Amino acid sequence: MSDNLSLRTPSQRIAWTSTIIVSTLVFVFLIAPILAIMPLSFSSGSYLTYPLPGFSLRWYDDFINSPRWMTALKNSMIIGVASTLLSMVLGTLAALGLAQWKSRFKPLVLAFVLSPVVVPGVITAVGLYFFFAPIGLTGSYLGLILAHTALATPFVVITVGATLQSFDTNLTRAAASLGASPLYAFRRVILPLILPGLASGALFAFATSFDEVVIVLFMVGPEQRTLPREMFAGIRENISPTITAAAVILTTVSVILLATMEGLRRRNERLKGGSA
Amino acid sequence: MTAVLTSADAPTEVPLKRRLKRAERARQVKALALVLPLLLFLLFTFAGPIAGMLWRAVDDREVRQILPQTIAVLADWDGKDLPDEKAYAALAGDILAARGSGTMAIAAKRLNYALNGFRTILTSTARNLKAVPEPGTAKETLGKINPAWRERATWTTIKDASGPLTGFYLLAALDLTRNIDGAIVAAPPDQAIYRNIFTRTFIISLSVTALCLILGFPVAYLLATLPPGRSNLLMIFVLLPFWTSLLVRTCAWIVLLQSKGVVNDSLHWLGIIDEPLRLIYNRFGVCVAMTHVLLPFMILPLYSSMKAISPAYMRAAASLGAPPVTAFLRIYLPQTLPGIGAGSLLVFILALGYYITPALVGGAADQMISYFIALYTTETANWGLASALGTVLLLVTLLLALLYGKLVQGQQVTGGMKN
Repeated sequence: MSDNLSLRTPSQRIAWTSTIIVSTLVFVFLIAPILAIMPLSFSSGSYLTYPLPGFSLRWYDDFINSPRWMTALKNSMIIGVASTLLSMVLGTLAALGLAQWKSRFKPLVLAFVLSPVVVPGVITAVGLYFFFAPIGLTGSYLGLILAHTALATPFVVITVGATLQSFDTNLTRAAASLGASPLYAFRRVILPLILPGLASGALFAFATSFDEVVIVLFMVGPEQRTLPREMFAGIRENISPTITAAAVILTTVSVILLATMEGLRRRNERLKGGSA
Repeated sequence: MTAVLTSADAPTEVPLKRRLKRAERARQVKALALVLPLLLFLLFTFAGPIAGMLWRAVDDREVRQILPQTIAVLADWDGKDLPDEKAYAALAGDILAARGSGTMAIAAKRLNYALNGFRTILTSTARNLKAVPEPGTAKETLGKINPAWRERATWTTIKDASGPLTGFYLLAALDLTRNIDGAIVAAPPDQAIYRNIFTRTFIISLSVTALCLILGFPVAYLLATLPPGRSNLLMIFVLLPFWTSLLVRTCAWIVLLQSKGVVNDSLHWLGIIDEPLRLIYNRFGVCVAMTHVLLPFMILPLYSSMKAISPAYMRAAASLGAPPVTAFLRIYLPQTLPGIGAGSLLVFILALGYYITPALVGGAADQMISYFIALYTTETANWGLASALGTVLLLVTLLLALLYGKLVQGQQVTGGMKN
């Protein structure tokens, strides 16, 4: 509709065409780097240049057989899953509470809860480094899980909070009037309705922890190195094709997360459209 | 029906009101109880650590602990002439005690920050001081071991570092220092590097914000104008990089831009260049990689503000005879301003704190303030200075975030009115 509008006069057509051209270039700029390194991970040669001398899986083999990379993958999963679970509990409770709480301090509390997203990573990392070292939490899984939970929880509060905003509180009242206890009402009425919000919150939380590297740089010893930390070290030293294999694996994880997110969003839209 | 009920219940109306109030209060307490675990958690894992960092920016107890008698005597010293014999005797006693407990290095390090060469003064004195000087000879003995003890600056440095609080690090973070008479003056040129680094951080962040706006505006416009089916599909091009690991994207740019990288090879193969261009480990590489990472943060707010603009406005402008350019500049663009403001501020705030990307794709002259905070924390262990630089960065970030909050809040209000 607005499409046709833009094509009414020649000058509008030119403007629209140039928008399309510039946007296409920007899309190439956004996607090309990620696509460009993928084929390199399947190269049989050890130089990161095109054309590829041949196809091989040797760098993936290298990745899987390297204790360093496998430990890093394991650590990333442990820390990612643990901090996701912890931030889901804390974040969902807080979002439920904030949705009901009426106070003039609410904006202040909300700003505080969301501040870990805004504060530069280095500042959080330095603070944690000073704070956790004397109590033995640096160089430990627990310290890193706690730190990543602090960074991830704001995303849970935002996504779950957004879902609660469209939640009809009359449903809780209806459940209560029908004799449901608050806990039962939560389990059978609230939870199923906010589940998509919880799921996207969990995805955000996991992605936050899985991608975090600044705090990891400050806080961990060799045993807790995560995948991004190993990549950081690898890029610093010299980029071997094994890193491109690791990059492809990480990108696959991102694509899965993104696809799940899109699926959740579409489902949500469909449900909304159905009820309207 | 309701009216009948209320009138029938009239005598119990007041208690009911009170009961409702009480129930509401109980609900509020319960709500707060649900938020409380997160607040306590963040107090321990976030607010506490940051408060600790702020504290370290002004904390100055090292010299006080290691040279306690000297500090006590110097408390009464006016700083105009050399201190008297008592101060020298106290210092000699402190130095011998510190040598015994091996803590001299800590004090030497702190004093060396304020006066270059202080470490040597202290270590040579500690090495050559055989025993407690005879009463009345401390001044002469110390002066003989190191003539620096005959200089006023040596003593004012100790007095300045007597703690327990200090503005020394915060002043240093702004390229300022106290001179021998205690007045705040510009730091000597070899130490005055931080204003430069802050300026550099601002310039890089501004360039990246401008690049994001220039590249993001047409994309957001396209996405907001296309029918939902097609724009949803194209949105994947924005969301995929958004979800891709920062390290992967940084690594990709290095592979693309290095001297034997994909871009240089292609240009060479096409015959456009003979020598590889220097595209990375410089400012260009930092700006390109950071723009790539931050572009989605610009496109998404722009897109949602453009999505809220009704096409009817543009149609109305056209029907009233406005040429397309005028309609765009006078009708469309002003309505995108809140989106432009929000996106730009967001990108700028995020860019200010960047560390990983410049560290990996920048040269020595492209490192931003976060790099130096990290350097002073982990490499040189100058924690006071690291904390002071962190304090300045935190203040700037929080001020901008406050502005952003106001802007987004205002936007939500107008957005609600439009719907």
